[in-house]
Amino acid sequence: MSTSAVIMMAIAILIVWGGLVAALLKLRGHPDEPDDEEPTGTVA
Amino acid sequence: MTNDGTRPGQSRERWGSRAGFLFAAIGSAIGLGNIWRFPAVAYQNGGGAFLLPYLIALLTAGLPLLILTYTVGRKYRKSPPAAYREMAKPAQFIGWWQVAICFVIATYYAVILAWGVRYIGFSFGEQWGDDPEAFLFGDFLQASETPGEIGGYVGGVFWPLLAIWVVVLIILALGVRRGIEKANLFFIPSLVAFFLVLVIRALTLDGAGTGLDALFSPDWSALGQGSVWIAAYGQIFFSLSVGFGIMVTYASYLGRRSDLSGSALVAGFANSSFEILAGIGVFATLGFMAHTEGVPVDEVAADGLGLAFVAFPTVISSMPAGWLFGLLFFLSLVIAGFTSLVSIVQVIVASVQDRTGMKRVPAVIVVGGLTAVVSIALFASDSGVHFLDAADHFINQYGIAMAALVFVVVVAWLLRRLPDLQAHANETSAVRLGQWWLVCLGIITPLVLGWMMVDSLRAEFEENYEGYSTDFLVTYGWGVAGGALVVGILISLIPWRSDGTSLSGGPGAPGDGATTDSRKGRR
Repeated sequence: MSTSAVIMMAIAILIVWGGLVAALLKLRGHPDEPDDEEPTGTVA
Repeated sequence: MTNDGTRPGQSRERWGSRAGFLFAAIGSAIGLGNIWRFPAVAYQNGGGAFLLPYLIALLTAGLPLLILTYTVGRKYRKSPPAAYREMAKPAQFIGWWQVAICFVIATYYAVILAWGVRYIGFSFGEQWGDDPEAFLFGDFLQASETPGEIGGYVGGVFWPLLAIWVVVLIILALGVRRGIEKANLFFIPSLVAFFLVLVIRALTLDGAGTGLDALFSPDWSALGQGSVWIAAYGQIFFSLSVGFGIMVTYASYLGRRSDLSGSALVAGFANSSFEILAGIGVFATLGFMAHTEGVPVDEVAADGLGLAFVAFPTVISSMPAGWLFGLLFFLSLVIAGFTSLVSIVQVIVASVQDRTGMKRVPAVIVVGGLTAVVSIALFASDSGVHFLDAADHFINQYGIAMAALVFVVVVAWLLRRLPDLQAHANETSAVRLGQWWLVCLGIITPLVLGWMMVDSLRAEFEENYEGYSTDFLVTYGWGVAGGALVVGILISLIPWRSDGTSLSGGPGAPGDGATTDSRKGRR
């Protein structure tokens, strides 16, 4: 593989998979509040 | 709590957990296009440089649209026609249009899964022989010479297609929590595991580096071409399944305090993450194929049916323990498509339930059964592959994309509901929506979708799609896409009971726009 291809692959993986991890962390830090119809186990 | 995920007095089913909703949303977004479309689109549109327009498209159109559909679904807690009707009565035609689009897509999407199931079996012993293309269209599909004429049915497609439909309908009959959620909680981790093993195997093949080089080498000059940007927005748009009501339907089973924007970010990035993984797996494999045949990668690069059912069988035949590679690939393809198919059919079932007040199981049997019958009648035939090709192209371009364009313009400009929806999402979401969200949906998304439409129409009138006859395209291409719109409009014209004319039972029936549930859901 050429250097530019390796760099672009690394950037793609970092940004997209990194974005997924960041989004998951953000969501974990914001658990859903229960509401009056909430079935048990709904809050992550 | 009743066994369908609803509580006494609670009229709508609910996801059992946040993870259940997320897996279902991701399962819907990850489909055949992630595996067989993204790698080729990226390769043809600048390789590594494609990443830039792709990410911009994700951030400025894909994610904002995803958040919009989640918000509409959660706010009104109804399937698309009933939800849009609550915004403004005439807007329900967009919902029924989307339901008709889902009907068309479900009928042909299922048959590709049936082929995938057969190819899992064909991988053992590499039954396609020396010429996988001749095997596909001749021995297996027995494709008719004249597109549009049904000369008979193909048993090898009929039975697996029937089996696919039976499983889909059983899952839907089990309900949102016990059926859709459980299926996705099982299938999506399985898909990722199978595909990871496949990618690792692909990376160990001779020539894998050459394939990845072809995919990721950046051609920065491509960024100056409008077609590359259209391709990026098109890929994000079709890949995320945002234009045909699925996410509105799935989000309608969320609790009123559920997060919206954070979930959309997770689903959107998970979908793109899988696309990147698929790009690596597919191009490492194509690199091996080019290496084996002693040709450059551009001679073996393929997408769609040609990639899955011609190129991959060729590769499988030329590697040691190819059956295992075939098993992993076709199993991944079937799972990815299956979870999407479930979500597509759920839109139709839920919309009819909300409209008529039918219970779930009868609705699944009647509506899902009808979809299955049409699917089998058309696509298990020897002309199935021709119908599929035309219907897929036209319903994507002039069904999904156009319905999304109309939806965004109506919500953003005619009804001016974006600030209201923004406030609704911000009440409970992890990521607050700011002005950028309004700009993306009010300006960027309509402009890009409109541009995609003009560009696509121009290509359509320059030459007949895939060289099919004009008669065939008018009937099975334009006819299908236009038919979906006409059906949507006609269904929306049937008066609702609350308008004074009755289709279904007493007060409070789902879909009358005045149920207790909808009042509570309205903010």
